[in-house]
Amino acid sequence: MSAPERGFNFGLASLLLAVPLIAAYMGEPYYLTLATRIAILSIAAVGLNFALGLGGLVSFGHAAYFGLGGYAAGILANHALKGQAILDWPFELGGTTFMPTIWLVAVFAAGLAAFLIGLLSLRTTGVYFIMITLAFAQMLYYFAVSWPAYGGEDGLPVYVRNSFPGLNTLDPVQFFLISYAVLLIALALFSLLRNSNFGVALRASRQNPGRVASLGIEVFRLRLAAFVLSGAITGLAGALYADLNRFVSPQMLSWHMSGEIMVFIILGGAGRLFGPVAGAVLYIILEQSLGEVSDYWQIFLGLLLLCVVLYARGGLIGAVLDRRLG
Amino acid sequence: MTNSLLSMKNVTAFYGGSQALYGLSLQVHQGEVVALMGRNGAGKTTAIKTICRMIRHKEGEILFCGTDLDPLTSHRAARLGIGLVPEGRRCFATLSVEENLVAAARTGHWNLAQVYRLFPQLRDRKGKSARTLSGGEQQMLAIGRALMTNPRLLLLDEATEGLAPLVRKEIWSAVAELRKGRDLTILLVDKSPRELAKVADRCVVLERGRDAWTGTFEELTPEIALRHLGV
Repeated sequence: MSAPERGFNFGLASLLLAVPLIAAYMGEPYYLTLATRIAILSIAAVGLNFALGLGGLVSFGHAAYFGLGGYAAGILANHALKGQAILDWPFELGGTTFMPTIWLVAVFAAGLAAFLIGLLSLRTTGVYFIMITLAFAQMLYYFAVSWPAYGGEDGLPVYVRNSFPGLNTLDPVQFFLISYAVLLIALALFSLLRNSNFGVALRASRQNPGRVASLGIEVFRLRLAAFVLSGAITGLAGALYADLNRFVSPQMLSWHMSGEIMVFIILGGAGRLFGPVAGAVLYIILEQSLGEVSDYWQIFLGLLLLCVVLYARGGLIGAVLDRRLG
Repeated sequence: MTNSLLSMKNVTAFYGGSQALYGLSLQVHQGEVVALMGRNGAGKTTAIKTICRMIRHKEGEILFCGTDLDPLTSHRAARLGIGLVPEGRRCFATLSVEENLVAAARTGHWNLAQVYRLFPQLRDRKGKSARTLSGGEQQMLAIGRALMTNPRLLLLDEATEGLAPLVRKEIWSAVAELRKGRDLTILLVDKSPRELAKVADRCVVLERGRDAWTGTFEELTPEIALRHLGV
């Protein structure tokens, strides 16, 4: 990573921390909620960046893992509130509002789903892979719509904010800081793995999987590991998102959500450490500013996306830094 | 040199419906350097690709260290100890030199220090993207990358093709260096008999997908060369 990119990343991370804290100090909680949303959606995009940015796996079904994480949080909190067990047999399993436990369940559920979906979908490539991942996500979406026990199409309200030891999660600043800290951890993990032998092999497999296999690496396993990790991190983001909104609905599982997460990466720069964060920041700013101008603000987003794809393959970060570096 | 590391017996292989190998038989012994020669389309690259399982043979038998390669995929063959330096180098363009080397590194004699000792130019450019290297440096990188997997058999396919004479000399001296230890077996494909004679123990000449002649370079008379190689 070049020094200007490190500087850009540091600046972006600092801004994302400072702006909401200043806004909260000045009595503007709306911006704090917005920044929390950016942080959580960035975590989801960091998850997808493992598969898409490093492995070149264009998953159009990451909403499945985002939604599963959300439902894990929603279901556990809902049962805890009602005092009902989720399972009675073969062992009794109750709900919980303890955030670390909810996160573990969300990561496990999303990781397991990514493992099962990856086992089948990673046997294909190109447009077939895109379609299979989309199909699995839509299956889960329709399942959630038709599952009345957890709200069906209307979704499931989470009446309590889940708890974190030593913190008051009902305080928006503290909840933002939790989300921000999780984002930093996800970014650190991404950075660590991108530069490890695993990450290097994954990036090599994106260029030429046959050549990687001829060097003794089983590309399928490599991609499956990346896909599972990717899904698990996106699931964790889903759990936080459910907590932020205190509500989960099938919309979290819909293809719109998959597209949104992918747009963050394309806008920011696929494979770049802070690409998902830059993309999420830009997306939310556009949504807020253009949304006031027109209900059809996504037309402008579409035009911007077109420009990025045609003229700035490295995304926003690439456009700013690569041009500066010549 | 009686123990055969690689043995191919009556191997046939196809590209779709087009047959490329017509019963190729070949023996490579432990520690040997064997040159695979032949005219264009004789089946040299197909033989290499069949050994490293990028192409599956249809008939015949390929044994490596006594293991039948037939059921093995490309990555399993590589894990047995077959290292490939492909034709056209094929480095991972967006990765740095060092990342190319460590991408598939396995423990053994060959590590970054050993590769940099063999090719000091790579050490100087370790942080640079592979796409910025010259053709010769990319070839060194491709050889280094294969060595980092610590193979028992190194397959070099047209290692000096398209390179400047000075760079070719560097590559040949690196191959000669690899030959010194005799713990690495090498099967190499090239079109230059004069250079091959300096590093190879013997040569196998392919013609129309089968072995047409086998012997040492001393035995490769101008008549045999003219008949099978057209030179």
